[in-house]
Amino acid sequence: MKHLLSTRDVSRDQAIQLLDIAEDMSTVNEREVKKLPALRGKTVVNLFFEDSTRTRISFEAAEKRLSADVINFAAKGSSVSKGESLKDTTQTLAAMGIDAVVIRHGASGAPQVLAQSGWIDAPVINAGDGTHEHPTQALLDAFTMRKRLHGAASRGKGLDGVKVTIVGDILHSRVARSNVWLLQTLGAQVQLVAPPTLLPHAVDTWPVSVSYDLDEALAQSKPDVVMMLRIQQERMHDAFFPNEREYSNMWGLTQERFFSLPAKTMVMHPGPMNRGLEISSVAADSPQSTVLEQVANGVSVRMAALYMVLTGEREVTHD
Amino acid sequence: MTARAIMQAPDMQRALTRIAHEILESNRGAQSLVLLGIPTRGVTLAHRLAAILESIVPGTSVPVGSLDVTMYRDDLYQQPTRSTAPTEVPVSIDDVTVVLVDDVLFSGRTVRAALDALTDLGRPKIVRLAVLADRGHRELPIRADFVGKNLPSAHGERINVRLVEHDGEDGVEIEEVVSA
Repeated sequence: MKHLLSTRDVSRDQAIQLLDIAEDMSTVNEREVKKLPALRGKTVVNLFFEDSTRTRISFEAAEKRLSADVINFAAKGSSVSKGESLKDTTQTLAAMGIDAVVIRHGASGAPQVLAQSGWIDAPVINAGDGTHEHPTQALLDAFTMRKRLHGAASRGKGLDGVKVTIVGDILHSRVARSNVWLLQTLGAQVQLVAPPTLLPHAVDTWPVSVSYDLDEALAQSKPDVVMMLRIQQERMHDAFFPNEREYSNMWGLTQERFFSLPAKTMVMHPGPMNRGLEISSVAADSPQSTVLEQVANGVSVRMAALYMVLTGEREVTHD
Repeated sequence: MTARAIMQAPDMQRALTRIAHEILESNRGAQSLVLLGIPTRGVTLAHRLAAILESIVPGTSVPVGSLDVTMYRDDLYQQPTRSTAPTEVPVSIDDVTVVLVDDVLFSGRTVRAALDALTDLGRPKIVRLAVLADRGHRELPIRADFVGKNLPSAHGERINVRLVEHDGEDGVEIEEVVSA
């Protein structure tokens, strides 16, 4: 795997291999010495043009646990504020001998540009780009589902036949996009539920079913997983729904709605959560909620992704 | 490609029984003993050795685990990306005798990686190495303590260890690999 830009490019075999490697990485995270020497001598830069706490810390933990040297770059306070372009920033990093770039950018497609530009000859991992994709988040979601469903017997398995309902702000959600492609590759059935204003116009070309009524969708499909998305107020420059109370009543996982779900239904959320808006505290803090598992699994999955793009015989061709 | 059978099921059983006796002799019994197999066939052989040890010394239980060394290899950038296998260590390895078990000992680099992996898991009192076949060509100063069969081989040959659990039959064969 040269880069990890989009879950659309990931084959089923690659996805399962990555999730299997993440299984073994997760056992390292339970050990006293949480360290592997696999990326010793490699330098990874976390290039964050957009604020993030959990993704950056998660990548940093993953890099350090694989013994890579880590450089954190935040656009705020850097020469980017003085007008330096992505090209110049990247070429500066390339001149310093960077082995991989983890990039988060507010513009959809920025990681692709970086990977295809020739500015830097290093693997690129997309850590979230605009409203496009967030592949490691989808991989950690798939990992979490597989782990809850199969436990210790997860290795080698996909998510065939698993019914996943993704609810909320699909329009602005890179998490939803990455999940749709990956879940489909792994054999799951995906249903999207959202107000019509928060669905992208090309959603009819996606491999999903679409509903506007959450109660009806939950009652009919009886999903194994309900994934609530964050209402991204920072990206909403328009009136997509009348008010928060109405959104919560219609599309939130309220206490009543949560209690109507079967006890085995997983409740997922990529975080950070708007409690009381898209998810009630009762649902978020219940044993059915996987929110903290998702965070823990994020480190293992990112270790696997870094291992996949940074090792392999590609380097031999330079000898 | 021609393959020549070197060991068959009864030879393999005898070799493992002999190794089990040697382990007991060197450890002065089966106490404080942990077998760690190197995936995949080393783990199966470790389980077989443990069963033999338990039959020789009734009433004892020898813990068996697996030690994946993929992340500790020194050739991660020279081969296609390797998949990992589980590391399962059933008991603490501090202050016990750990016997590493593998099917074939060749360059010694896998064992070097295993020793590094062990260091991250604890501090055994003694580490021993048991292999079913030693084919020579060491690249590091490493040797096995218990060897099922010494198998001098040429570089261009391959040793295939077949186990019922993986391949439907037991046996060791030597195969001449003709490069294209």
